[in-house]
Amino acid sequence: MLKEFGRYVTFLGSLLVRRESFRTYYHLIIEECILIGVNSVVLVALVSFFMGAVTTVQTAANLVSSFVPKFVISQVVREMTMLELAPTVIALIYAGKVGSSMAGGLGSMRISEQIDALEVMGINASSYLVLPKIIASITMYPLLVVLAVACSLFGGYLIGTTAGIVTPTEFIYGVRYNFNPFYVVVVMVKASVFSFLVASISCFKGFYTSGGALEVGISSTQAVTTSVISILTADYLLVQLLLG
Amino acid sequence: MIKIKNISKSFGDKQILDGISGTFDQGKTNLIIGSSGTGKSVLLKCIVDLIHPDTGTIFYDLRNFSEADKDLKAEIRREIGMLFQGGALFDSKNVEQNVMFPLDILTKMPLDEKLDRVNFCLHRVGLENVNRKMPSELSGGMKKRVGIARAIVNNPNYLFCDEPNSGLDPQTSILIDELILEITKEYNTTTIVVTHDMNSVMGIGESILFLYKGHKLWEGANNDIIHSGVKELDDFVFSNKIMRGMKDR
Repeated sequence: MLKEFGRYVTFLGSLLVRRESFRTYYHLIIEECILIGVNSVVLVALVSFFMGAVTTVQTAANLVSSFVPKFVISQVVREMTMLELAPTVIALIYAGKVGSSMAGGLGSMRISEQIDALEVMGINASSYLVLPKIIASITMYPLLVVLAVACSLFGGYLIGTTAGIVTPTEFIYGVRYNFNPFYVVVVMVKASVFSFLVASISCFKGFYTSGGALEVGISSTQAVTTSVISILTADYLLVQLLLG
Repeated sequence: MIKIKNISKSFGDKQILDGISGTFDQGKTNLIIGSSGTGKSVLLKCIVDLIHPDTGTIFYDLRNFSEADKDLKAEIRREIGMLFQGGALFDSKNVEQNVMFPLDILTKMPLDEKLDRVNFCLHRVGLENVNRKMPSELSGGMKKRVGIARAIVNNPNYLFCDEPNSGLDPQTSILIDELILEITKEYNTTTIVVTHDMNSVMGIGESILFLYKGHKLWEGANNDIIHSGVKELDDFVFSNKIMRGMKDR
C-alpha cells in the first residue's frame, strides 16, 4: 500500500514536468470541463432535488415536539445539505460517474497503445492527458456543489410547501436563520479536495492499467472504491480541521 | 542508422532480452523476427525508450539516446515515427485530427500548411475522403494506413513498425509491406519492423535480426535466411509450408 502511495505521489509529480504549451492545455481543459461538468448537471440536479425533498420530509417526521418551530426543518435541511449532502454525497456519485469514466478512458488508451503513441512523439502523456482532467475537475466540481445546494433547497422547499409540512415563509426564514458564512468556505474546501482526489486517483488507476479489457474494468472499479474511501477519510479530516 | 549495444531487459525474474547488439541501416527495412514471446516488441520498445532497458546503449546516428539529456531526447523523438500493432489512433479524434496531431504538438505550422501535409500523407498511403471519419469507422487495413500517415507526417528519419500485418488479410498485408518499403526508400528512413510474418520477411526483409528466447541468434538478409544453418531459425522459417517447398526445390 505504501509502495502504491509512493507511485501515486510520483505520478502527481510527473504531471508538472515537460508540459505542453498553454494553448494546448486551454483547449483540453475546456473540453474536459464540458465532459466532466456540463454533462453531470442533470444527474447532480436530480439527485440533489430528491435529497432535499427527502431530508425535509424525514426531518419533519422526526420533529414530534410542538415546541420546536417549523422553520427549524429548513434550517436542518440547509445545514445538512451544505455541510455534508451536497459536497460529500454528490462527490460519491461524482466518483462513480466521472471517476470511472476517467479510469476507463485512460485504461483503454493504455491497452490500445495510444498512451505509448503520445510518449513516442515526445509528449509527457501523464501531463497531457491527466493535468487537464484534474484542473477541469477542480474547476467544475465546486460549481456542481453550488448547483446541488440550490437544487436540494429547492427540492425541500417544493415538497415541504406542497405537502403542507412548512409554509413558504417558514421555509425561507429557516434557510436564512442563523446562517454562518464560514460554512461556504467549508463547502468550497471540501469540494476542491474531493474533486482533486476523484480526478487524480481515477487517472492514476487508469493510467497504469496493464493487460486487456478485463483489467480496464478492474481499474475503473478500483478507481471508484479508492476514491470513495479517500473522500470519506478526507471528509472526516476536513471536518475535524475546520469545524472541530 | 541505429545501433544497439548489449541491450538486456528483465521483468521480475524473467529475462526477456539478453545482451542484444545490432545495427539497423538507413534506407533499409530492418526486420526483427522471431516467434511470439521472444522479446521482439520489448526490444523495439527499448529502442524507442518506451521501456527502459536494464543495460545497454542505443545510438541514433552516433547520438547516444540512452544517456541523452531531455532536450536531446526530445529532439530525437521528433525524428521518430511509429506504427503500432493496432494503429493506436486516438479514439476521440477523426482521421484528419489524428494525422495532424504530431504537427499540432511539435510544429508551429499554419493550419492550411498542416492540412496540405495531412492530405498529402493520406494520399500517399492510398486514402482519400476519409478525413472526417472516426477510427471506429475504419477497417483494420485503413487504421494501419492512417497510422502510417501519422507516422510519416512529420518527415521522420526513423520509422518503427510493430507487427504491421497483424490482423490483416494476406493481400492487405502485402500492400502495407510494400508501403513501408516504398516510404523507407522515398524518405531514406531507418526503418525497423517487428514481425513474425514470413511473407514480410521474404518480401521486405533487407536486413534481418532473429531473436530466440531473448537472444540474438542470427543476422543477415532475406536471401540468406534459407541457408542460415541455425536450427532455431530453420524451425521458425520452415514451419511455413510454402517456405518448406522453397527449400525442397
